Amino acid sequence: MKYFSKIYLVLIFGILYIPILTLILFSFNSANSTALFEGFSLRWYVELFNSPDTFEALRNTLILAVLSSLIATVIGTAAAEGIYKMRSKLLKGAITSVTNVPMMNPDIVTGMSMMLFFVAVAAILGVTYEDMGFFAMLIAHVTFCLPYVILSVLPRINELGDSLSEAALDLGCTPMQAFFKVKLPNIMPGVLSGMVMAFTMSLDDFVISYFVGSSNFQTLPLLIYSMTKKKVTPDMYALSTLIVVTIFILLIISNIKSGKKVDNSKKAGARK
Amino acid sequence: MKKKGSIMRSIAAAPHIFWAILFIVLPLIIVVYYAFTDGDGNFSFENITSLADYAPIFTLSVELAVIATFVCLIVGYPLAYIIAKARPERQRFYIMLLMLPMWTNLLIRTYSIMAILDDGGFLNTILGTTMHIVGTKGAVIFGMVYDFLPYMVLPIYTCISKIDKNMWEAASDLGCKPVQVMTRVIFPLSMSGIISGVTMVLVPSISTFYISQKLGGGTFELIGDTIERQFVTGALNTGAAISLVMMVLIIISLTVMNRFSDSDEGGIIV
Repeated sequence: MKYFSKIYLVLIFGILYIPILTLILFSFNSANSTALFEGFSLRWYVELFNSPDTFEALRNTLILAVLSSLIATVIGTAAAEGIYKMRSKLLKGAITSVTNVPMMNPDIVTGMSMMLFFVAVAAILGVTYEDMGFFAMLIAHVTFCLPYVILSVLPRINELGDSLSEAALDLGCTPMQAFFKVKLPNIMPGVLSGMVMAFTMSLDDFVISYFVGSSNFQTLPLLIYSMTKKKVTPDMYALSTLIVVTIFILLIISNIKSGKKVDNSKKAGARK
Repeated sequence: MKKKGSIMRSIAAAPHIFWAILFIVLPLIIVVYYAFTDGDGNFSFENITSLADYAPIFTLSVELAVIATFVCLIVGYPLAYIIAKARPERQRFYIMLLMLPMWTNLLIRTYSIMAILDDGGFLNTILGTTMHIVGTKGAVIFGMVYDFLPYMVLPIYTCISKIDKNMWEAASDLGCKPVQVMTRVIFPLSMSGIISGVTMVLVPSISTFYISQKLGGGTFELIGDTIERQFVTGALNTGAAISLVMMVLIIISLTVMNRFSDSDEGGIIV
């Protein structure tokens, strides 16, 4: 049984990683081929860094991810607090259901619906669709990030309960102070993990951006898509390798950090 | 006083409610509007009735997505089980290994499989063969399984690792054989993980267009491709009608699946 487990793990992880590893290998290919490895070279990386498209897409992607995750975190955290305070079960249920729609709906339907919406908005405002490029993208990204923020903040608020903020109110805090000075620090881990999730969702999104976006606002996933539409040269591999390596480093860092946290809490528990 | 305070604080949800109505509900209403009008804005059923032409595409999409989900479950369940039974520090390492491909963009993952399996690709070059893999249904299913397997494994893993260790012992003390412990205790207890895993694989598999574009080699079309083609060619009314039908189908199947999972944990509210 033990051997079987090991063989199984190696087999599945092997299959999961072979494509990514071949991609990395061929990004260093000296020839213009994605099938025949002829020698090591950094040629495709140089080509990538010389292309202004790459940097523009990278810049756009980051701006979009930072802004949309921040906006979604603010609106989503406030919403979670508001939903928690709601008395009416019906209203609560209705709001959570509507919120979850972009998460449950296939991306392609969300993308299609938002695109049609912005077509209508452009017609009403009398501008062209391209004029709204960035704002349309921002609104779309905030919309599909919101459920992830609410879903990660709401359980924290439920867990925390009312006693702490009521104590703060009794001690003379205004409701605002009670929220910002007492509640918010306590639910911070949920807020932060919601924000990180929103950030990665925005960074990674292709389908919704593809439908909503216009040609004047290119993000990295859109750039990769347009690169794979034509005959692919290894520069797309180089770009992908850089993305994979960045994600890998980020994952390791966050893993080490959360590992330390686990150790600390274990120690704290032992001391008690 | 207290009541007033609570109403006041429910107001914190106001920006979100406003946002949700404007950017979630309204766009869906516009989809319905487009689905039931023709190009000039006149009411018509034509888009919906013309969907009969797309019935074979619908069937094929559902077929491939169901097969892919089933394969994910068969392959993913043992994986989740093995990970959940490993030592804690090992568990974290395996989960990290599983997350990395998941966080890598879908386009990159799909393209890299295509580059390997293609007619003049890496695999055929290495083996010196001329296997034709890209363009078959098998390749598309493989792509779906490869891309969405972590979505199946993670919820099942979370579910199994939450099961009380004493359950195993209690079951075997009460006379269960190892296989029975599995089928009668662990499997039913991990049902909510399986349900959320199945939805998380099924929904993107049914609606994908990139996987079928790249690994289907243009030989056949899935429903996602059809919607995308309407979008590219500007046939927005038909595109909206297909999207609408797909959305309704998915809402129905999610509701049915929720009926089967009795626990609300990991359940999906739609």
